[in-house]
Amino acid sequence: MRLWMLIIASVILSFISLFVGAIDIRPSDLLDWGSDETQIFLISRVPRLLAIIMAGAGMSIAGLIMQSLSRNKFVSPTTAGTLDAAKLGIILSMLFFTNATYIQQIIFCFIFTLIGTLVFMQILDRIKFKDAIFVPLIGIMYGNILSAITTFLGYEANILQNISSWLMGSFTLVISGRYELLYVSIPAIILAYLYANKFTVAGMGEDFAKNLGLSYRFVLNLGLTLVAIISTSVVLTVGVIPFLGLIVPNIVSLYLGDNLRKTIPHTMILGIVFLLICDIAGRIIIHPYEIPVNITVAVIGSVIFLTMLFRGRAYAK
Amino acid sequence: MIEIKELTKRFGKKNVVDKVSLEIQPRAITSIIGPNGAGKSTLLSMVSRLLDADTGEVLLDQRTVKKWKSEEFAKRVSILKQSNYTNVRITVRDLISFGRYPYSKGRLTEEDKKHVEQAIDYMNLHDLQDQFIDELSGGQRQRAFIAMVIAQDTDYVLLDEPLNNLDMKHSVQIMKILRKLVDELGKTVVIVLHDINFASVYSDRIIALKNGKLVKNGPTKEIINSESLREIYDMHIPVQEQNGCRICVYFNSHA
Repeated sequence: MRLWMLIIASVILSFISLFVGAIDIRPSDLLDWGSDETQIFLISRVPRLLAIIMAGAGMSIAGLIMQSLSRNKFVSPTTAGTLDAAKLGIILSMLFFTNATYIQQIIFCFIFTLIGTLVFMQILDRIKFKDAIFVPLIGIMYGNILSAITTFLGYEANILQNISSWLMGSFTLVISGRYELLYVSIPAIILAYLYANKFTVAGMGEDFAKNLGLSYRFVLNLGLTLVAIISTSVVLTVGVIPFLGLIVPNIVSLYLGDNLRKTIPHTMILGIVFLLICDIAGRIIIHPYEIPVNITVAVIGSVIFLTMLFRGRAYAK
Repeated sequence: MIEIKELTKRFGKKNVVDKVSLEIQPRAITSIIGPNGAGKSTLLSMVSRLLDADTGEVLLDQRTVKKWKSEEFAKRVSILKQSNYTNVRITVRDLISFGRYPYSKGRLTEEDKKHVEQAIDYMNLHDLQDQFIDELSGGQRQRAFIAMVIAQDTDYVLLDEPLNNLDMKHSVQIMKILRKLVDELGKTVVIVLHDINFASVYSDRIIALKNGKLVKNGPTKEIINSESLREIYDMHIPVQEQNGCRICVYFNSHA
């Protein structure tokens, strides 16, 4: 696949995304600056598109970094407990830091996600049996434990239903003023690109990296920090979007390899295209109602993931 | 010049490397041999600063390795461990370019590109340069990694069992290349070997370890004889001359 094809696809899909929804908006309506359609366009559709673009690019890059640093194709924010740690962080900050400002809560949540991811990397360091499938299984179990704590806390505080609706990945509630936190993923992605070579070298293993004089620990910690920043901002604004960080980098790796300097642009744009398709599908299928994007992503994603498992086991090793 | 002084590494209560002192002779192939668990790989890892020593020190040009900046050290000494990097999909050319990382941090200058080109020429990898390393055979992959080390352009090249999993043809090929690195490019090669006959035929000097201790250190011909080998391996190993090479015939030996 060529990069320009992906870019054209993302532009076309972006355009469609702007004009699909419960209320019919035509490009010609936008000529009238004061019309309701223009207002909806500016308050809902444009922010929604921006949120999809940033979340799609961000989650894919986060997955790519995790796969590179853990040297395992099946490790991603979904399969390493990162998203579950972010969820738990949100609940904890809501329950115990009720007086804290929004920014403080975000920072707490970010630190919690970072620690959650570090714990998984520590587990990965300690286990001897590093099978391609076994490692993500541990990650999923670890994520479920975190998730169980979240559920327990939610049950105790009687906010279980609220939690599941807030944290369900969906762009329905994205309107101007409620998605701006996602902008922090842009510098994170830029940093990831600037450090692409270092991530690739670190992905070859600690000994390999040290031989070339790379400070392995620093690169590892930087990578996990970027993953935590992106994951936190996405979970806080649109909720949990599963599989994205798993599937997109793997597809790109299949045709382009693992040199991050080459794959980051592709991974980013393909992530956007994939998420746009899922979100548009969710808006069309039961129009004028909507299916949350995490469901369309999970359905389409799990089919692709299973295909990858069956066909690509040899490749993933 | 690399000097090793009283180097010791403990894992648990066991001294895996026990007060080893020696000097590496420049512009020569030095083979490290010894039974399993003798501490060969551990020694090599400490010399190349992949592993910290418990006591003792390694000096490169009279300066202890710990004081060297990691990227400066990477311009002088390179190390290839037993390669398990097979699941990473990067092209041969990209891999070789990483050898220039200590110089350019990944943004290749004209000078770097020249070195990469030379390394590809030297290892005859033109046909393979755009292939992913996970699609190569063991011998090809080992050649690609050695090309990376050539691009890294270090005086010292350390290799940990580079012949692992290679068939005879490719083993010979790799050893001939290492010989050329010393004879043509003036490198210093230190190599951990399991097969004493490759050590005997290709190396200038041999270091023998046993239970973490240095038992022999000298020119190859002083070490490849039944008497010394008994001391190292605790078995009788007849040595025969064949076309000027000393071959150890240990296959049907009685202890």
